[in-house]
Amino acid sequence: MEAFTTHTGRAVPLRRSNVDTDQIIPAVWLKQVSRTGFENGLFAAWREDPSFILNNPVYQGASILLSGPDFGTGSSREHAVWALQQYGFRVVIAARFGDIFRNNSTKMGLLPVILPSEVVERLQAAAEADPTVEITVDLAEREVRLGSEAWSFEIDDYTRWRLMEGLDDIGLTLRHADDIAVYENGRQPWLPTTV
Amino acid sequence: MGRTLAEKVWEQHVVRRADGEPDLLYIDLHLIHEVTSPQAFDGLRMAGRTVRRPDLTIATEDHNVPTVLGPISDPVSRTQVETLRKNAAEFGIRLHPMGDAGQGVVHIIGPQFGLTQPGMTIVCGDSHTSTHGAFGGIAFGIGTSEVEHVLATQTLPAYRPKTMAIEVTGELPVGVTAKDLILAIIAKIGTGGGQGYIVEYRGEAIRKLSMEGRMTVCNMSIEAGARAGMIAPDETTFAYLKGRPHAPSGEAWDAAVEYWKGLRTDDDAVFDKVVEIDASTLTPFVTWGTNPGQGAPLGSAVPSPEEFDDPIERSAAERALEYMGLSAGTPLGEIPVDTVFVGSCTNGRLEDLRAAADILRGRKVVTRTLIVPGSMQVKKAAEEEGLDQVFKDAGAEWREAGCSMCLGMNPDTLKPGERSASTSNRNFEGRQGKGGRTHLVSPQVAAATAVTGKLTAPADLA
Repeated sequence: MEAFTTHTGRAVPLRRSNVDTDQIIPAVWLKQVSRTGFENGLFAAWREDPSFILNNPVYQGASILLSGPDFGTGSSREHAVWALQQYGFRVVIAARFGDIFRNNSTKMGLLPVILPSEVVERLQAAAEADPTVEITVDLAEREVRLGSEAWSFEIDDYTRWRLMEGLDDIGLTLRHADDIAVYENGRQPWLPTTV
Repeated sequence: MGRTLAEKVWEQHVVRRADGEPDLLYIDLHLIHEVTSPQAFDGLRMAGRTVRRPDLTIATEDHNVPTVLGPISDPVSRTQVETLRKNAAEFGIRLHPMGDAGQGVVHIIGPQFGLTQPGMTIVCGDSHTSTHGAFGGIAFGIGTSEVEHVLATQTLPAYRPKTMAIEVTGELPVGVTAKDLILAIIAKIGTGGGQGYIVEYRGEAIRKLSMEGRMTVCNMSIEAGARAGMIAPDETTFAYLKGRPHAPSGEAWDAAVEYWKGLRTDDDAVFDKVVEIDASTLTPFVTWGTNPGQGAPLGSAVPSPEEFDDPIERSAAERALEYMGLSAGTPLGEIPVDTVFVGSCTNGRLEDLRAAADILRGRKVVTRTLIVPGSMQVKKAAEEEGLDQVFKDAGAEWREAGCSMCLGMNPDTLKPGERSASTSNRNFEGRQGKGGRTHLVSPQVAAATAVTGKLTAPADLA
């Protein structure tokens, strides 16, 4: 996973709520067996509309997505995270996220930032007024900055540490392989196996 | 202070707890399908890791499979299914491939085999894993990185979600189903209402539901944003499990039941949030919009965006009506439908097919109607009862098992602008095919709609 400490970039205002993962990447794109090549599937149906915000050339190269609430609801497809990252996004800012999407993001190093709706709207308005305006997302300080304004956001210490170090969860867990073995020996005898 | 059911099951599975870290949670059962697993197996290979507990893992083919006999014609879909077969063989995982008597939708086969039992932790790279919570375990969907994690370690690091009780008081009126209940719950609390929670469904109406109905309710917990939904096990649960291939037997059965009886929320336990809903006031419920929270009683009309005070909900409603091609004020019962789909992990079990057959018996459908059993075993059982003949006589299509029209990954899709009444779980834009319009309904409403060609409650059939 790519480490995340701080990121400064331009932002795309996506003024929609309930942006479910079927919109982020439609199911037809999930047939791939690799982890790459998903950038063209990002918002594939919406991008067919020339007026869709991502088709506006002034937002090309933006790396922060500013969405309405309940971003990433629905399907557990991690392909949604891959598509956003491969398109070039490092951060998504919204008032609420689907739980599974948010989890998937932090496994991959895409930072989901929760800020109150009015702050997201303030950022969206700024990016609409001036598409070249840059926003800084500072994970070390847990802060989003726009010009002289700053808003702090919450993220638990452990996830923040893992993101900042770019650590692989599996490697961390395997350090506790002995604990897992001990637990396994004490499981209830009637629990099923698939054999 | 007492503990909730969710807390009891969680605590039983904590492998390791340390300050400032998520709990390391043991996973009792890992379900696999072809869509969210290939990159996870690749990850294992690249890191030189193995599957820790293939004996706690089971795989099936469901999302991509066509529901008519024959090979998969789409080469990309075929590659994905073949990749699962190679991975299952390489890592020693039991697989139920297309054509196998045990094949079916991943959330149908777990309970059917008796692999889903009370008090277990169950995960799958699929958000509708919440289905399995109907047996009183904690079951939730995960992404591919977590699938790899569970394959490698049989654990997951996770913070325990908060607990929510949804108290369903009263009795469901005749003709009102588990599907109507969960659609009404989602409309009440919203698609984000359950975020950060494990929901426990409680109360008289829940206790009276069959296991199939309980699975329908828990299945759609994710549509309210909840990580998991669960129902305390009781005699209904035990009766469903007894004698299934992987359920305990003999003395082990007695010991298990003894333990399972303790899997209930203590009387003095406190939930972080409590929501109440009176089942006796409910009527058949359908969705009109593009998220599962945008629903209303079938007897009402398409709402006007102005009815929503919250500006975000209002603009979402405006957008949804435009996508759905609906006007405010149109009675929901006058909306014409092109296609009816009965099936999916939400409503693809035998009880659902019986309910649809009861309505279609002696009647004719006027829409394209797909009846898709959730598993090969459900198909066989339905055929033994002659349900297939009822459907065929009515003019409906009787298909092979699979996810089918629940999501646009296999040949069963809507065309742009086509409208469905669907017993599945998501009415998102394009979910059933690009440009398709979906109304979520119960199997009973789906069947009645197939007869009239517009959204219809069974009670309104002549």
